Amino acid sequence: MNSTTEQAPALPEARRVPAPAGGNTSGSGAKKRKRSKPPQQSFRSRLRRDKQMLLMMVPGVAFLLLFFYIPILGNVIAFQDYQPYLGIGDSLWVGWQNFVDLFGNPDFIHAFWNTLYLAAWQLVFLFPVPLVLALIVDSLISTRVRKIFQSIAYLPHFLSWVLVIAFFQQMLGGAGFVNNLLRDWGMDPIPFMTNPETFPVMVVVQMIWKDAGWAMIIFLAALASIDASLYEAAAADGAGRWRRMWHITLPGLRPVIVLLLILRIGDILSVGFEQFILQRDAVGAGAAEVLDTFTYYTGVVGGGWSSGAAAGLAKGVVSALLIYGANKLAHRFGEDGIFAKQVR
Amino acid sequence: MATTLFTRKPRELTYNPKRPVWKEKPSALYQTVKAVVLIVFSLSILTPILLVVSTSLADTEQLVKAGGFVLWPERPTLEAYATIFKGPMVLQSLGVSMLVTAVGTILALFVTITMAYATSRTVLFGRPVILAVLFTLLFAPGLIPSFLMIRQLGLLDSLWSLILPGIFGAFNFVVMRSFFMNIPGELIESARIDGANDWQILWRIVMPLSKAVIAVVGLFYAVGFWNSFFNALLYINDHSKWPIQLLLRNFVVQGSGAADQLGITTTPPPQSIQMAVVVVALVPILMVYPFLQKHFAKGVITGAVKG
Repeated sequence: MNSTTEQAPALPEARRVPAPAGGNTSGSGAKKRKRSKPPQQSFRSRLRRDKQMLLMMVPGVAFLLLFFYIPILGNVIAFQDYQPYLGIGDSLWVGWQNFVDLFGNPDFIHAFWNTLYLAAWQLVFLFPVPLVLALIVDSLISTRVRKIFQSIAYLPHFLSWVLVIAFFQQMLGGAGFVNNLLRDWGMDPIPFMTNPETFPVMVVVQMIWKDAGWAMIIFLAALASIDASLYEAAAADGAGRWRRMWHITLPGLRPVIVLLLILRIGDILSVGFEQFILQRDAVGAGAAEVLDTFTYYTGVVGGGWSSGAAAGLAKGVVSALLIYGANKLAHRFGEDGIFAKQVR
Repeated sequence: MATTLFTRKPRELTYNPKRPVWKEKPSALYQTVKAVVLIVFSLSILTPILLVVSTSLADTEQLVKAGGFVLWPERPTLEAYATIFKGPMVLQSLGVSMLVTAVGTILALFVTITMAYATSRTVLFGRPVILAVLFTLLFAPGLIPSFLMIRQLGLLDSLWSLILPGIFGAFNFVVMRSFFMNIPGELIESARIDGANDWQILWRIVMPLSKAVIAVVGLFYAVGFWNSFFNALLYINDHSKWPIQLLLRNFVVQGSGAADQLGITTTPPPQSIQMAVVVVALVPILMVYPFLQKHFAKGVITGAVKG
């Protein structure tokens, strides 16, 4: 595109027009211009002016189209009897048949309930952990202890799930470190990693191990932004440690908690895909089958493209509704939620 | 009044300089509980790492005596590493992972930086369009359509299938964009008056000002590419194109046909060979972790809070 170089000298002129239509609307600039609304330039002149900027968007937009929006449209195969050799154009349309089959399929129903079950475990036992850790870390006086702990706690976030599961296997697996010790002491080994009954506990423990430290960051930031004079004033009025936490800390954290809960709820059906794929062989499909693994095994492994896509789409739609509903709920409680946060 | 102030100050300094005056000293019980939680959490993270590294370095004799695992190698040896690098498999998959990570990160930075800069100033269409697009990114297109797309593009069993789906991350984009938006408009304006075009402004003004955030986002992408395992499981069948994570999964997590699969005849016990593979996948992350840690907290908070 050699036009970029030709265009260069012309651009400054086009932009010297008083207050270009937000040609540079960034932070401070935007505030100044807000008062006198600039005359809108014609579409064509704006197009010419922004040529290079638009050109810069091409790679990103191409990515979004190819790997995001077109695949979203590709979900139509959920309403087809999709055959790879026919393609989307020639495959037969079957209406809601795939969904009817899906909801009559006990495996799918099982995967669905199992997803909700595991999600509930995560919500109840996983969500509070980073908050508690953050409260403890925030109360530490020694910056050195705090730094050391943070360095350790953030690390696992950057390890892949494969590594995490490998670590857990070596520690807790049937031939792992802990069970070897137990055997040495003449006790029976405990099947931590292969017991379907305790699998939800294992899942939560693994998630805490990997991400609780990392999730702490955002709470720490929120805690640091609470006005310290509030605490001082409350203490002067005789409020004790717990009272201050209840009346100052928790209300101060409320927006963050609500935001994270909304995001979590929207994401609730994605309980942790790689984690389950990696352990499905060990604990069996009964305990580890969730909607995502069901989609994978039906669609990609089993070749049931349409039913896989239908399961994925059902999940996507429910998730979208959940995000919307949770956001609505947040507004009702007088919080910003996600939409307001972005528009501000 | 003066006397109370005088007597209070030194006492406070002796027992803790940073605890505010109004804060009561926590009870011993509370202190203990805090310490126990922090120590247990830290140990639970450090022990497995130590165990794996030690076991990979331990010699046969000690391993056999200890029954498979050691927490400290008495006579450290690199035998296990020598063995895994003798066969072709580990080297190959390391090569694949490095290539994917390097190419992926560069492409990802290019796409993210250009997109973030172009959307950080209002162009043709305004903020609402960008926010609407950002909002749609909360959703996911789904596994099957993504797979079909990759197949349609003819990328199955090609390393591009590991690279292309990862070159744009909504979170990294938001972090980058909010950083660019905070660059004073006057700087850009003045460059424009001097006759710079948008590419020159991006290259000469914006990017030099954003070195830190570019480094962080680049590292995030690099870690993502290095760690990605599921894309390879989906799209790559050819064993010679397995990235290290997939090798790790098949060799350690599933533990099937360990030695034959790597194309080696085993002399050190399989345990230490497995652990050596784990360490090989772990070390690059440990190496970049100090850099990551230095900057990421800031990045995460700008990204998450400013949205």
